[in-house]
Amino acid sequence: MTAKLQLIGIKKKLRGRQVLDGVDIDVAAGRSLVIIGGSGQGKSVTLKCALGLMKPDSGQVLVDGADVTRMPPEIRARVMRKFGMLFQGGALFDSLTVWENIAFRLIYADKVKRPEARERAIEAMRKVRLATEFADVRPIELSGGMQKRAGLARAIIAKPDILFFDEPTTGLDPITADAINDLIVEMVRELGCAAVSITHDMPSARKISDEIAMLHDGRIVWRGPTSSLDASGNAMVEQFVAGRADGPIQAVV
Amino acid sequence: MINPFAPIGRGLIGLLGEIGRFSAFAGRAAASCFAPPLFVGQFLRQCMAIGYYSLPVIGLTAVFIGAALALNIYVGGARFNAESFVPNIVVLGITRELGPVLAGLMLAGRVSAGIAAEIGTMRVTEQLDAMTTLSTDPFKYLIAPRVLAATLTLPGLVMVADIIGVMGGYLVAVNSLDFNGAAYLRNTFNFLETQDVVLGLVKAAVFGFIIAIMGSYQGYNSSGGALGVGRATTNAVVGSIVLILAVNYLITAFFVE
Repeated sequence: MTAKLQLIGIKKKLRGRQVLDGVDIDVAAGRSLVIIGGSGQGKSVTLKCALGLMKPDSGQVLVDGADVTRMPPEIRARVMRKFGMLFQGGALFDSLTVWENIAFRLIYADKVKRPEARERAIEAMRKVRLATEFADVRPIELSGGMQKRAGLARAIIAKPDILFFDEPTTGLDPITADAINDLIVEMVRELGCAAVSITHDMPSARKISDEIAMLHDGRIVWRGPTSSLDASGNAMVEQFVAGRADGPIQAVV
Repeated sequence: MINPFAPIGRGLIGLLGEIGRFSAFAGRAAASCFAPPLFVGQFLRQCMAIGYYSLPVIGLTAVFIGAALALNIYVGGARFNAESFVPNIVVLGITRELGPVLAGLMLAGRVSAGIAAEIGTMRVTEQLDAMTTLSTDPFKYLIAPRVLAATLTLPGLVMVADIIGVMGGYLVAVNSLDFNGAAYLRNTFNFLETQDVVLGLVKAAVFGFIIAIMGSYQGYNSSGGALGVGRATTNAVVGSIVLILAVNYLITAFFVE
């Protein structure tokens, strides 16, 4: 199957430290890849390089086979329209109402008229099961779970080809986290898009992924189907999944 | 052995790097003001926030400065029997120097700090990254409207400050220093030249640009949570003030020569 998104040999140094040291991942349409790994191992940097928010020192980011790291900004901006992203903290704009947040791309990038954009935002709110009575309130008035739902609605409204999730369940209670996981699975299936998530929440990783890759010391040290996670044969994966302090990975405290 | 010149060299390289980054940022921001799309709604909102809502603080500053200036010039002029020059020097001081500089300094505190805090908070809460992933350039949506609004509204504010400042001097001169009101105004208008007002307005536009750019630059490059946003806000105010005073001298020297 052709990869929708492919990262080849991505290297990135930050403040003198080699954060990514040749990361290779690929994900096809309709598939969901979750990258797991400890704090400070480069998961967020990988996502930022894939999204174009950070320029890798070397390596390629291919979207539908085209290398976006070497594209001029205006063409790259067009490729960005294939992306949808759910940020860890929601990253909703404080100055706008919930529906304006959700419809931001439609209004400001796609130049959709406001009445139509509002209608589509309300429809997206229904999809993520966020009560439409919150359409006209500011994000600050929403709970953490509601903010995630609003962020998810914003990510899916333009029907992206590739969805990114940054720690989608962090800071949520287990029931709300599970509801968000269900929504992610449902949205990825409905849109038929490729999904890349980073998390260290193992129940979430198991639920939303088809495949799991483990990032350690700036490299992918293991990758396989979610069903084979418990029989990975990799000591680092086993330690991480079991949540043990003793093993090849040294806890950073 | 420790080289005593090493810290100086490091500091100088750091300063030059900062100047280079700031210049590149200012260039990109200026280019964004003229490249479509222009977010008209954002621009008008910023005109209200930066221009209209700054009127009270600018007006109050101007009236007190005009009044104090009249008193000081009267005292100084009395030493040379030159008290009659109060209206001339008040209008010259206000339009060429104190109007634009004080308006710039007040807005450095009110506007530059506000811009740095707002954009800085957006940076540390990933809202700027989110905007980019939503195919919208933060330079065009956030920074260009603020730069345009500050550059265009500050001359208007300075015009108001000029009028109110002269009025402050007039009130003190007529009520406390026994000047004749009609003569005071006649002297003011006869002495004032177009180039005095133009100089003040040119300064105001440049100061508006500096205030918005400095606030945006510090906010855009902030990091490290609340502490980083606080640092960005302080740097924006201090940087704006220093740059305004330095550029004020350069513009004045250019016009005088």
